Amino acid sequence: MKPGDGVETYEAEAQPRLGFFTDTSVCIGCKACEVACKEWNLVPEDGLAWTGHSYDNTGELNANTWRHVAFIEQQAPDPIKQGKQDFRWLMESDVCKHCTHAGCLDVCPTGAIFRTEFGTVVIQDDVCNGCGYCVTACPFGVIGKRERAAASSPAGAGRTSGQSPDVLQTAVASDGLGAITKRELGGDGGMHKCTLCYDRLQNGMEPACAKACPTDSIQFGPLDELVERARERCGDLVEAGVSEARLYLADENDGIGGAGAFFLLLDEPEVYGLPPQPIVPTKNLGTIWGAAAVAAGALAVGVAAAFLRGEE
Amino acid sequence: MGSNMAENHPVGFQWVMEARLKGARVIHVDPRFTRTSAAANLFVSIRAGTDIAFLGGVVNYILENERWFDEYVKHYTNAPVIIDERFKDTEDLDGFFSGFDPEARVYDTSTWHYSGLPVQETAGERSKGGTKGEQSGHGAQAGQFVHGEPPEEDPTLQHPRCVFQLLRKHFRRYTPELVSRVCGCTKEQFLEVAEALCENSGRERTSAIVYSVGWTQHTVGVQYIRTAAIVQLLLGNIGRPGGGIVALRGHASIQGSTDMATLYNILPGYMPMPHAKQDTDLATYIDNHSSTIGWWGHLDAFFTSQLKAFWGEHATKENDFCFDYLPRINADHSTYQTAFDMLDGKVTGFFLLGENPGVGSSHAKLQRLALASLDWLVVRDLYEIESASFWKDAPELETGELETEKIGTEVFLMPAAAHVEKDGAFTNTQRLLQWHFKALEPEGDRRSELWFMYHLGRKLREKLADSDDPRDKPLLELAWQYATSGPYEDPSADQVLREINGVGPDGSALGTYADLKSDGSTASGCWLYVGSYADEENKPARKVPGQEQDWIAKKWGWAWPLNRRILYNRASADPEGKPWSERKKLVWWDTAQKKWVGADNPDFQEEKPPTYVPPNGARAENAIAGDHPFILQSDGRGWLFAAAGLMDGPMPTHYEPHESPFSNPLYSQRSNPTRQLFARRENPYNPAESDAYPYVVWTYRLTEHHTAGGMTRTLPYLAELQPEFFCEVSPELADERELEHGGWATIVTARTAIEARVLVTERMKPLVVDGRKVHHVGVPYHWGTRGLTTGDSGNDLFPVALDPNVHIQEVKAATCDIRPGRRPRGKALTELVASYPRTVGDEA
Amino acid sequence: MSATSPTDALSYYGRPIIKEPVWETDIPLYFFTGGLAGASDLLALGAQLSGNHRLRVSALAAAAAGAAISPYFLIKDLGRPLRFLNMLRVFKVTSPMSVGTWIFSAESATTAVAAACELFSVMPRLRVTAQFFAGLIGPAQATYTGALVAQSVVPAWHEARRELPVLFASSASASAGGAAAILTPAEHAGPARRLGIIGGVAELAASKLMEWRLGKLVGSVYHEGEAGKYTRLATASTLAGTALMALAGRRREGAAAAGTLLLTGSLCKRFAVYHAGKQSARDPHHTSIPQKERGGRAVTQPSSRTGNGSSPSPTTR
Ligand SMILES: Nc1nc2c(c(=O)[nH]1)N[C@H]1C(S)=C(S)[C@@H](COP(=O)(O)OP(=O)(O)OC[C@H]3O[C@@H](n4cnc5c(=O)[nH]c(N)nc54)[C@H](O)[C@@H]3O)O[C@H]1N2
Ligand SMILES: Nc1nc2c(c(=O)[nH]1)N[C@H]1C(S)=C(S)[C@@H](COP(=O)(O)OP(=O)(O)OC[C@H]3O[C@@H](n4cnc5c(=O)[nH]c(N)nc54)[C@H](O)[C@@H]3O)O[C@H]1N2
Ligand code: SF4
Ligand code: SF4
Ligand code: SF4
Ligand code: SF4
Ligand code: SF4
Ligand SMILES: [Mo]
Repeated sequence: MKPGDGVETYEAEAQPRLGFFTDTSVCIGCKACEVACKEWNLVPEDGLAWTGHSYDNTGELNANTWRHVAFIEQQAPDPIKQGKQDFRWLMESDVCKHCTHAGCLDVCPTGAIFRTEFGTVVIQDDVCNGCGYCVTACPFGVIGKRERAAASSPAGAGRTSGQSPDVLQTAVASDGLGAITKRELGGDGGMHKCTLCYDRLQNGMEPACAKACPTDSIQFGPLDELVERARERCGDLVEAGVSEARLYLADENDGIGGAGAFFLLLDEPEVYGLPPQPIVPTKNLGTIWGAAAVAAGALAVGVAAAFLRGEE
Repeated sequence: MGSNMAENHPVGFQWVMEARLKGARVIHVDPRFTRTSAAANLFVSIRAGTDIAFLGGVVNYILENERWFDEYVKHYTNAPVIIDERFKDTEDLDGFFSGFDPEARVYDTSTWHYSGLPVQETAGERSKGGTKGEQSGHGAQAGQFVHGEPPEEDPTLQHPRCVFQLLRKHFRRYTPELVSRVCGCTKEQFLEVAEALCENSGRERTSAIVYSVGWTQHTVGVQYIRTAAIVQLLLGNIGRPGGGIVALRGHASIQGSTDMATLYNILPGYMPMPHAKQDTDLATYIDNHSSTIGWWGHLDAFFTSQLKAFWGEHATKENDFCFDYLPRINADHSTYQTAFDMLDGKVTGFFLLGENPGVGSSHAKLQRLALASLDWLVVRDLYEIESASFWKDAPELETGELETEKIGTEVFLMPAAAHVEKDGAFTNTQRLLQWHFKALEPEGDRRSELWFMYHLGRKLREKLADSDDPRDKPLLELAWQYATSGPYEDPSADQVLREINGVGPDGSALGTYADLKSDGSTASGCWLYVGSYADEENKPARKVPGQEQDWIAKKWGWAWPLNRRILYNRASADPEGKPWSERKKLVWWDTAQKKWVGADNPDFQEEKPPTYVPPNGARAENAIAGDHPFILQSDGRGWLFAAAGLMDGPMPTHYEPHESPFSNPLYSQRSNPTRQLFARRENPYNPAESDAYPYVVWTYRLTEHHTAGGMTRTLPYLAELQPEFFCEVSPELADERELEHGGWATIVTARTAIEARVLVTERMKPLVVDGRKVHHVGVPYHWGTRGLTTGDSGNDLFPVALDPNVHIQEVKAATCDIRPGRRPRGKALTELVASYPRTVGDEA
Repeated sequence: MSATSPTDALSYYGRPIIKEPVWETDIPLYFFTGGLAGASDLLALGAQLSGNHRLRVSALAAAAAGAAISPYFLIKDLGRPLRFLNMLRVFKVTSPMSVGTWIFSAESATTAVAAACELFSVMPRLRVTAQFFAGLIGPAQATYTGALVAQSVVPAWHEARRELPVLFASSASASAGGAAAILTPAEHAGPARRLGIIGGVAELAASKLMEWRLGKLVGSVYHEGEAGKYTRLATASTLAGTALMALAGRRREGAAAAGTLLLTGSLCKRFAVYHAGKQSARDPHHTSIPQKERGGRAVTQPSSRTGNGSSPSPTTR
C-alpha cells in the first residue's frame, strides 16, 4: 500500500504506515469498539435516540461517534450459513478510512488536518476553526461537527443536532450519574473524527477499539501486513464457500489511493452504508479550477461586452 | 442452547469465533435469532421451554441409531446399574415417577435407588422435614458397594431394569416427529443437529454444549441440564478437552459467590447448611451428609476445618468445634419465599448488597411491595437503584397501590466501591480465580464490601464486648482479626484469600484439601479453594501470558480444585489409562512413572492405577475404582440416571412451562408436578392454555445493558446504545395485532401490563407447534424507573413459579397478550389487568 | 415497516452515505454577497476604464456593501469564529476555501480601500490602484465559491463541477448588473443593464446545462423540496428580471424593478444550489448509484489465492 499523501515530509521520522483491517465476518456486534473509543478519547455521548434500525442506535459516524457498528437485518441468504438460511444479520464496525488521498485533509483551509508520521489522518482540534469544509469532502461521511450546546445543559453538551433534549434533562436531574455527562467535553463547534488513537500510537500502543474487540474483527498493524493477511483470509473464505466475501478499499486504485482502514465485507458496500466507488474529490481538482478559470474569464468577457456599446 | 453467548459473554465468545475460523461448527438453538445465531454455522429456532424435548430427541437418536460411545458408557456411566424394582417411569404413570405425594407435591425418592441398596434419606425425605431442595445430591447411598461397584449391574446393558434400558424406554417416544411437534423446528433441522453432535463425538472428536440462563430459568431448569449431561455422557464428551457442558455464568464472580455460599442452604464449598431438626450435633451432621465413598467421604475434615476458620481457637473438639454457633435452617428461606415473608411481616429488616430485585427479580412489582413492607433496608450499591428509591418512584405510586407517606421502610443507602476500586479475586465460569488489583482509591464514602463487613462485625463486637449472653457468643468468638491498611483501614483481600485457602498445624498455607484434618489441626474457609494460596503465593494473581506457557495455561490464575482445568479429566483416557486418541489426549497413566500425567493436573488420585480395585471396606476416594473418573459420585461414575439429589425425577421429562398455551403432547400431566408455586393473591398466574394470553413471552439480555440495569442505564456510553425499552415481535404478529414498528405496545399478564417500543423484526419467527401457529414476544429485562434511559420493567410481567431444586424463577417462558399503543395510567392500568382472567396457585 | 433493511434499496436503512454539509444559510448568503461584490468590482473597473464615473461609484458601492457584509456571514458560520484567521496560516491549492480566503481577503481589502478613498475623496491614485486590483480579483471572487462547493463529495455539487463556477459567475454578473442598474441613473446604467441581461441569460442557460448534465437522478434535486422552491423562484425572478431589464431597463422604475428581480434571482439561485447539495447529500442513492455506474476497484475479491497457497483451508478439517 502506498504511503499516505504528505508522509514524506517526515523524512527519516516517517514510520511504517499503520491501520486497520476490519473483518466483518467475525464481528459479533458487541459495540465494545464504540465504547472503548469513547472512553479513551473522551468522546461525548451522542444522544439517546432509539432508531428501530435493528440494534443500531448510533446510526452513523460523526463527531461524537468515531466507531460505528452497523447492523443489517435482511431477507437474503446468510453467507455464514451458506445458503441454509434466507435471513441474515450482518454486522460491521465502521471507522475513518485514513485515506491515502484524504479529501478532508486536502480541503482543510487551516491546516488543522494533517498526516501523521504513521500515515494516519488527524484533526488538530486547537487549529480547526469549524469551517466545515472537511465534512463535505469526505467520501465516507466520517467527519461531523460537534454542535455547540446551550450552556444550561451540560449533559447535552456533546450531542449532535436534531435530537430531543428532554431525555437528558431527566438525566441531569437524577443523581449519582457518571462523570462523563458532566465533563466539559462537547459543544465546541469543531469537527471531530477518529484519530487512529494518535496518542496511543505514539506510545507504542494499539488503538483502543482494536484492543477492546473480543473477536479480532478489528485488526491493527502495519498496513502491508494487514493487506496480505486480509487477502489470505478473504481467499480462505471464498474457498470455503463464502463466495460473497470481498475486500473493500484494499486496492491502491480504489479512488482514494487505498485506505488506512479497509474491510472484509460479505456483501456490496452500500448495504453497509459505504460508498461503492468513492473518489477523493480533489481528484477532479484540475477540472474544477479549470472551470473556475473559464468562468472568471467569461465573467470578464461578459463585463467587457457590457461596455462594448460604449456609453449611451 | 439457552445461551446467547455472543451477546452476554462476548469476551469468551472470541474463542468460539476462533474455533469457527479453525473449522469448528457452531450451532445455536434459541427461540429467537440473536447475535450468536448470526455468528453460528447453523441456527435452529425452537419454542421457549421445550429443550428437554429437543435434547430428549437427541438421546433417543443416539440410542436408536447406536451412536453412543460404548466403552465410555459402559465404564464411566451408571448405564449398567440395575434400579430398584419398584421404580416406575413417567411412561408408566403418565407423567409421574413412582413415589409422588400429590398432597405435598413432592416425591418419595426411595424407589429410584440402585437395586440392592438399603434405602437412605435423600432429598425428598428431607423436604418432608419442612424444606425443599437444599440438597446437593452428592454422594447419597453408597453403603453396600462391593469393591466400589453397586451390587447389581448388567455390563451387557440388556437387563430391563438397568439404567441404559430405562433410559431407552423413557426417551423412546422422543422421536424427530415429536421434537418437531413440540419444539416447532423442522424434523430436518433437528436431525441435522443430532447428527452433527454424533458425528463430532467419539474417540477422535468432542463436542461441547454451552448453556446459561435460557436453560436454568424454567420450572424444569435443572432437568434441562440433566438432559444435556445424558447426551454428553452417552457421547463420551465429559472430562475430555473440547467437551463438557459449559455453564456460562452471570455476574463477574457469580461462580465465586456460589462457591462461597451466597445461597441460604449451603456453606462454603457446597456443604449443606445444618438443618434445625436433623442436624442436631456435629456427629449427626457429618453422618447425615458425608458419603462413605468418593471425596465427600472427607466431609468431616472439610467441615471441621471450616468451623476452625470461623471460630479459630474457640473451636475445639470438646465444643463440637462451635457447631452450635452455626445458624440452622428449618424452612425455605430462598429469595422468593423471603419476599413473601416480608409481605407477611415475618422479615422486617433486610440487607441488599449488589442486587436490584425491584427490577431484576421475577414479579418485580411483588418485590417492590415486599421492600415497602420492611421496617428497615440497607442497600449497598453503586447507584441509587430502584430497590432503594421505590418509596419515591415505584410505578405503584402512580396506580395508588403504594403511597409514599404510608411506606414505613427506612432505607439506608450506602455507596459501594466498584471492582476497580478494590482488590480481590473473581471466580469465573470455568472455576478460574483471577485476581484484580485496585486501580484507584474509592472516592467519597464509597467502600468495599470487605471494608463494610469487617467494620460492621468489628462494631457489633465492640458493642457486645461486655455481654455474657450466650447468644452473642458466636459473634464475639468469631475469628475476626484482619490487618488493615490505608486511610480507611481496609482489610487485606489477600489475607482473606489465604484464610479461605487455609493453614495447617504449623500455621503455613495448605497446598491441598487432601491435607485437611477432622481433628481441628487445620483451618480452611473453603475446601475447594485449598491450594489457591499454596506455597504462600497468591496463585490467582499469576498472570503468565499464554504465549509463555503450554496450551492449557496452568500458570494463568488458579482453578479449583487444585488448579485442575478440566474436571473429571480421568475420563480423557480409556479404562486402561491410555488416551482415547492422540488428538484428544489430556491426562493418561504413565506406566513407567506409575502415575497420571499430561497437560492438565489429573482430577484423580495421582498414583491410583487404572487397574485399582478398592478392597471391601475402603473409604472415601480409596473406595473408587481406578477406572471410575467421577470422583465426587459415590460410584465414581457419571449419572445417566440420578438416583438421588433431585426433587423432580431421576430422568428428565418434557413438561410444559407453568404458563403455556399448549397441553403436554407426551403426558396428561402438563407441567412439572413438583414445581414451586405460591398460591397467593399477590401472585396470580395466567391460566394455562388460555385464549386471553395466546402468545409466548420470555426475557433476555442485550449486550449493551447489564441485568437490572443499574450499572448501564446510568452510563451515557451504554445508555445511548440501547436507549429505550423495546419488545421484539415478528412481522406476522405485528400484522395480527396491528403493532407498528417504532410505535408502542402494551404487554399484559395477570400481574400487570407494561409498555414498550415495538421492534418488528424477522429475527422473531412464529413457529408451528402441534399444528398451531404460535407467536413470541421477546422482552429484554433491563429497564426501570431510573437512570439515563428509563422504561417499564420486563419482570413486572412474570409470576413467581420456580424450579423445585434451586428455586429459580421461570422467566424464560410464559404467556401474555399484546396490544398496540401505550398502557393506561393510574387506576386504569389496574383495571385493564383485572379485566383479564387469572388463577391463584395451581389448578392444573 | 420493520427493523429489516430492504434488500433492493442499495443503502443502509436509507441513511445517507456522506454527511450533509453543516453549513447554514449564512453560506448561500455569503455566496450571494461575495459574488455581488466580485462582479461589481469588475463592473466598477470597467466603468473606471470607460470613464463612466457615475456607474463606477454605484458599482463600487455595491461591491463595498457586498464585501462589507460578506465577512459577517462567512465568519458567523464558522464553528469557532474567532479562529477565522487560522485560514491565513496556510495557502493550499487543493482547498478552494483556502485559495478563496486569500482571494476574498485581497478583494475585500482592495475594495475597502477603494471605497474609503472614494467616500472621503482622498488619495485618488491609491483609489485607482485599489480599484484596479479589486477589479482583477473580482472574477475570482465571484467564481471561487462555485469551485468551493464543486470541490466536495456532495453529488449535486461535485457532479456539476464544470458548470457551477460558470453558474456562480453568471449569477454574480446578474446581481452586479442588477444592483448597479438600481443605483445608477438610467443614462449611465447601460453597461449595468447589459451585464444584468448577459448575466441573467447566462445564469438561466448554465442552470439548464447543469441540470441536464447531472442527469435524472441527481439533477432532480434541483426541482424537489427546498431546492425546488428556490429554483422556481430563481428562474422566475431571473427570467422576469432579464426580460424587464431588456424591455423597461431604461426607465428608472423599470430598472429598479428589474434589478431587484435579478438580485432576487441570483440570491435564490444560491439557495437552490445550497439546498440541492444538502438534499442530494441526504439521499444515499445520489452517492451510490452514480458510483456504481462508474465502476472502479474499491471492492476486490481474490479470485485465486495470493501467496503460496499452501495453508490448508480451515473448513476442510
Ligand atoms: N451484556 C450482558 N452480559 C451479561 C449479562 C447482561 O445483563 N448483559 N448478564 C450476565 C448474567 S447475570 C448472566 S446469568 C448471563 C446470562 O447469559 P444468557 O443466558 O446468555 O442470557 P439471556 O439473554 O437471559 O438468555 C439467553 C438466551 O436464552 C434464550 N431462551 C429463552 N428461553 C429459552 C428456552 O426455553 N430454550 C432455549 N434454548 N433458549 C431460550 C433467549 O432467547 C436468550 O437468547 O449473562 C451475563 N452476561
Ligand atoms: N426476567 C428476567 N429476570 C431475570 C433474569 C432474566 O434473564 N430474565 N436473569 C436473572 C439473573 S441470571 C440475574 S444474575 C439477576 C440479576 O439481577 P440483580 O442482581 O438484581 O441485578 P444487577 O443489576 O446485576 O444488580 C447488581 C447491582 O450491584 C451493584 N454493584 C456492582 N458492583 C458492586 C459492588 O462491588 N458492591 C455492591 N454493593 N454493589 C455493586 C450494581 O450497581 C447493581 O445495581 O436477574 C435475574 N432476573
Ligand atoms: S475517511 Fe474521510 S475523514 Fe477519514 S481520512 Fe478519508 S476523507 Fe478524511
Ligand atoms: S472544519 Fe476544521 S478541520 Fe475541517 S476543514 Fe475546517 S478547519 Fe479544517
Ligand atoms: S482508532 Fe482510536 S480514535 Fe479511532 S475509532 Fe479506534 S479508538 Fe476511536
Ligand atoms: S468490538 Fe469487534 S466484535 Fe464487537 S462490534 Fe466492534 S468490531 Fe464487532
Ligand atoms: S463485561 Fe466484563 S465480564 Fe462481561 S464480557 Fe465484557 S469483559 Fe467479560
Ligand atoms: Mo445471572
